[in-house]
Amino acid sequence: MKKLQTMPTIAAKAEKPPSRPEPEGAIIHLRDVTRVYKVGVERIHALDGITLELHDNEYVAVMGASGSGKSTLMNVLGCLDRATSGHYALDGQNTTRLSDAALARVRNERIGFVFQSFELLGQHSALKNVEMPLIYSKNGWWTRRKRAKKVLERVGLGDRIKHKPNQLSGGEKQRVAIARALVCEPTILMADEPTGNLDTKTSESIMNLFDQLHREGQTIILVTHEEHVARHARRIIRMRDGKIYDDRPSNQSPADKPATEKDAGGKSS
Amino acid sequence: MKMLLQAPLVFLRLFYQSVYLAMGQIWANKTRSILTTIGIVIGVASVTAVIAALTGLKAKILTQVETLGSNTIFISPRRPDTGPMQHANFWSIRFLPEHFDGLLDHCPSVKRFGRQTWIGGKTVSHRERSVENVTVRGIEPDCHKIESRPVTDGRPLSVIDEIQTRQVCLIDPKLRNELHLDRDCIGQTILIGHNTFYIVGVVEPRPESVFGGGDQDRSEVFVPFKTSFKLQRYLYIGVLAESKSAEVSDDAQAELRFFLRRTRNIKPGEPDTFEVMSLQNILDIFNKIAIIVTMVAGGIVGISLLVGGVGIMNIMLVSVSERTREIGLRKAVGAKKTAIMTQFLIEAVVLCFFGGLVGVGFGQLLTMGIANIPKVEMDMAYIPLWAIGLSFGFSGTVGIFFGMFPAIKAARLDPIEALRHE
Ligand SMILES: Nc1ncnc2c1ncn2[C@@H]1O[C@H](COP(=O)(O)OP(=O)(O)OP(=O)(O)O)[C@@H](O)[C@H]1O
Ligand SMILES: [Mg+2]
Repeated sequence: MKKLQTMPTIAAKAEKPPSRPEPEGAIIHLRDVTRVYKVGVERIHALDGITLELHDNEYVAVMGASGSGKSTLMNVLGCLDRATSGHYALDGQNTTRLSDAALARVRNERIGFVFQSFELLGQHSALKNVEMPLIYSKNGWWTRRKRAKKVLERVGLGDRIKHKPNQLSGGEKQRVAIARALVCEPTILMADEPTGNLDTKTSESIMNLFDQLHREGQTIILVTHEEHVARHARRIIRMRDGKIYDDRPSNQSPADKPATEKDAGGKSS
Repeated sequence: MKMLLQAPLVFLRLFYQSVYLAMGQIWANKTRSILTTIGIVIGVASVTAVIAALTGLKAKILTQVETLGSNTIFISPRRPDTGPMQHANFWSIRFLPEHFDGLLDHCPSVKRFGRQTWIGGKTVSHRERSVENVTVRGIEPDCHKIESRPVTDGRPLSVIDEIQTRQVCLIDPKLRNELHLDRDCIGQTILIGHNTFYIVGVVEPRPESVFGGGDQDRSEVFVPFKTSFKLQRYLYIGVLAESKSAEVSDDAQAELRFFLRRTRNIKPGEPDTFEVMSLQNILDIFNKIAIIVTMVAGGIVGISLLVGGVGIMNIMLVSVSERTREIGLRKAVGAKKTAIMTQFLIEAVVLCFFGGLVGVGFGQLLTMGIANIPKVEMDMAYIPLWAIGLSFGFSGTVGIFFGMFPAIKAARLDPIEALRHE
């Protein structure tokens, strides 16, 4: 069972099907992706026909008003959720048909997720928290320890590995969470409002960390409400009502910026 | 191929990871864990203690069989369960000495037999010293041989003592010490009640007996069978017999039964008013009782394990809902359903094992307690290894059974909803 499900993953990773139209280095390819929630008789189109391509070592910020579908998009991209319709290929592999177990494996090996509220396990040390995803992949105790230490050093917490979450500041907690997301060397690092619970100064230092990771070759996509956070990215995608209405490099100003977004942008969900 | 080899390895790691996590979780919620496992602790403690007691009793009986010899047959009056004698006065069905006259001629499989009487609570004195509550046993000479209580000093009671109803006696070393008699006390006199008796010998102290009842530490005096009627006119009589070999023990019993029915004038079709039992019979009866006790104890244990199991299930459900976010997180970083399920299942099992361990500990304490109660003859009680295995087996099963539902619940959680929980 397990073996059969995981085989295609390995195969697809090794060789890219020649039929794929997307250019070299496209690691995420969304085509007409929708996500429809049914609440009673009502149908909410949280994602309404998203088409998107992400390339290797891109640094993307997703912006939009509250309820515009940013988190939903991240969940679909992070294989935590399935699209209602459409096509989603990660690393050239179609994910829409994968079983739950195979999706879990994809999450483990290809995706690093950073949450707004850190989601660290309180009773474990920073090191244990960072090691955690490796428990679910094929790594021995020693490798786990080594890799977790290395990645903690990479996020600048080499001297905090024994600390428990309640002995860490907010910014440090988020660094631990980022280290945890990176420990499996994911294809893509995803963060849903990673600075949402942090003050401006700490946000800035976390964003500097993201910048550094990007320079080191990491592909990053993050959701934010704040322009100054988004400006760290190289590309900004703006959403409204489950649709992408603007997608351009961050050094260009958006074409039509809706007046409402500024109001909504301030508050976080 | 490589993956095939790795699959069990992955599982193994998941397994010890889960055990490790479970330990941490139990340690983090110490009080809760202790309270939760009390049901299992009680269940396991009582089952191990009961098994220990039965094992000890059985070991005791077996050693008794060895010292008494399995050829020994006990004969005593007994009210039948049916028939006209059902409500008879116990005195009316007592044995009379003449019931056994000529027994050896009619029972070819019986090697020897001896009548005996018991007089409890006699006061025995020597000069100013006196000891109360001494059991006086009137025995025929052969009783000693059957019971194998050798005389260490002096001589055993003889047939002449019997015929002449001599006032002679054998005492045990305990009584000798209590009366402050010399080591060599042969020929000295003691008073039993108001009658003077010559001491002719000292017998080995009685091997501790499971049949002796609650008077184990009482001293004993042996007098000739007939002489005992001088001390007390009306006495109940019991008989010890010995078959020629273990093979003919059943024959001997049948012969005795047939002989006694005739001497006691029991009409055909009426039930026996006595009981003929070998040690083997007693062992069989014990085994039957042991099975019943085990079943009753098993029932009680079953109930307490059930209650304990429900407690475990409850606490695991609480744990799952408390740790919903953790489950969501684990799923988000790539834990499969099986991994989550294993984690919670193992937590339940470890919790139960912990209860089992504490239970076996308490069972051991109980056993030690039972073993040290005086006069209960449980000093050979111990928890056999298989009972410990059984306890852990049961605890584990309870853990798996009652942990399954919470574990499945945890495994089924949707990661996004779980992360949004609270
Ligand atoms: N589980 C759900 N059931 C029903 N509707 C949902 C569910 N999750 C999200 N939605 C709806 O989908 C839409 C998009 O939600 P989403 O969380 O993606 O917004 P968002 O852009 O992340 O907002 P915010 O900036 O406030 O986090 C919203 O209208 C929301 O009400
Ligand atoms: Mg959101």
